[in-house]
Amino acid sequence: MGRLSVNLCGLELDNPVIPASGTFGFGYEFAEIYDINCLGTFSFKGTTRDPRFGNPTPRIAECPSAMLNSVGLQNPGVDKVINEELPKLKKCFNKKVMANVSGFSIEDYVYTCEKLDKEDIVGWLEVNISCPNVHGGGMSFGTDASLAAKLVKEVKKVVSKPVIVKLTPNVTDIATIALACEEAGADGISLINTLLGMRLNLKTRKPILANTFGGLSGPAVLPLALRMVYQVYEKVSVPIIGMGGISTADDVIEMMMAGASAVQIGAANLVNPSASKDIIESLPAAMDKYGIKELKSVIGVAHNG
Amino acid sequence: MKDSDFKIEENIALTDSVYRMKLLGDVSDIKAPGQFVNIRIDGFFLRRPISVYDKDEKSFSIIYKIVGAGTKAMSEMTRGQNIYALTGLGNGYDLTLSKDKPLLIGGGVGVPPLYLLAKKLIEQGKSVTVILGFNKKNEIFCEDEFKKLGADVYITTVDGSYGIKGFVTDAMELDYSYIYTCGPEPMLKAVYTNMKTSGQFSFEERMGCGFGACMGCSCKTLTGYKRICKDGPVLRKEEILWED
Repeated sequence: MGRLSVNLCGLELDNPVIPASGTFGFGYEFAEIYDINCLGTFSFKGTTRDPRFGNPTPRIAECPSAMLNSVGLQNPGVDKVINEELPKLKKCFNKKVMANVSGFSIEDYVYTCEKLDKEDIVGWLEVNISCPNVHGGGMSFGTDASLAAKLVKEVKKVVSKPVIVKLTPNVTDIATIALACEEAGADGISLINTLLGMRLNLKTRKPILANTFGGLSGPAVLPLALRMVYQVYEKVSVPIIGMGGISTADDVIEMMMAGASAVQIGAANLVNPSASKDIIESLPAAMDKYGIKELKSVIGVAHNG
Repeated sequence: MKDSDFKIEENIALTDSVYRMKLLGDVSDIKAPGQFVNIRIDGFFLRRPISVYDKDEKSFSIIYKIVGAGTKAMSEMTRGQNIYALTGLGNGYDLTLSKDKPLLIGGGVGVPPLYLLAKKLIEQGKSVTVILGFNKKNEIFCEDEFKKLGADVYITTVDGSYGIKGFVTDAMELDYSYIYTCGPEPMLKAVYTNMKTSGQFSFEERMGCGFGACMGCSCKTLTGYKRICKDGPVLRKEEILWED
């Protein structure tokens, strides 16, 4: 085990760097640019029971040091993911992948998680209860502690692999939701999903996004994500995956010091396709700079005395 | 797809708001006319996707219009500066379907990708006709460049200040074997409605990544969902599904 390795819900990762769902497809676009086996793992495109086109376009708007997206969970549906995407992925990725699951009812989540849990290549299930871009599901589970807990309980009944619950920052007290998920049996917590935002086109005087609102991500959100990871770490004992605006090795270390056992890289992959690889490669030098021998030793150190 | 460093060789104004930038560097991944590059601009989070206008062994050129702060910043870059670009993006036009007398129709900043296409088709011995549509005379660019390639060039202007008065469709009463087009969506729709043959259409959409990862630019087609950046930007007439 190298000095970058971390443990995530019982599975060893070579390093804590995990491209985030929705910014990495099913991996193979990035495999054109670099060997994606250098990653800790990655979280694949949010998968639902049925195929989804998602929201109308425009789905993207630029912001200072950030972007808005309102993709709306476009995906081919769980059966096609299993029959078409995962076989393609296996050709370029020989590690366990994180299966990101979304839905519109508890039954949806249970159905999709149960199917993906049976796939060998799946190491973790990341249950997304935080998509801000769909109605009648997604984020509505993530803003209600008792509903979130109920969902986690039902999913845990049908799966054998670790369940990581992905939380929304669009709440007053994220730590309470995280705690409810932990008490319901969640094996890990990942945060934050995107922040609900909007932009206007001054020429047309209308929203840029066809869906009016979208999720904000990018370096601008890092301080907010860091604060929430810090707060959740104070409340829960399961591993935390920290994400939100990470684009450098220093950001990774900062997020881990706040309490993250691993990190996800989102928007950075879209503007620099080799971002995740570049971050992994620059971690050893960054660790040397701060006198860190083993990366896992800094998890949560910001909370010490 | 390749992410590499380019040196600006020239960046000159063609009209009040349209610029041509020539970039020196590794162009090995630019394989077909109609492909685009995604350019990183200091101070802007997202890159700017812009179609390739021309290329040789050591450089490529783009023609872009100032439409916002990002392209304004691009227009202020100078010779010798470096710029990062993802190259080899998108499918590009399929030249094998053109037959002998292809007609190329471009509107505004939809004109540039047709230049490299015309060049390649003429190299193959095809008899190329081009219709270029603009709003008015002082917005016209590239007329001479297409003529120098040996294409038959028709210009239309909406206000009639140059060439044929009207839209590109007012110049389409020609004899042609196939159509390649790029321009604003209302123009593409009008071409689609008026065309007598098959053809290929290049679409534009706001993009996140430009290489198929984020699903930001998806559209519905008769052959399924497509990402404009990866499965497009060029769609065949037979697969286009016009919405609304």
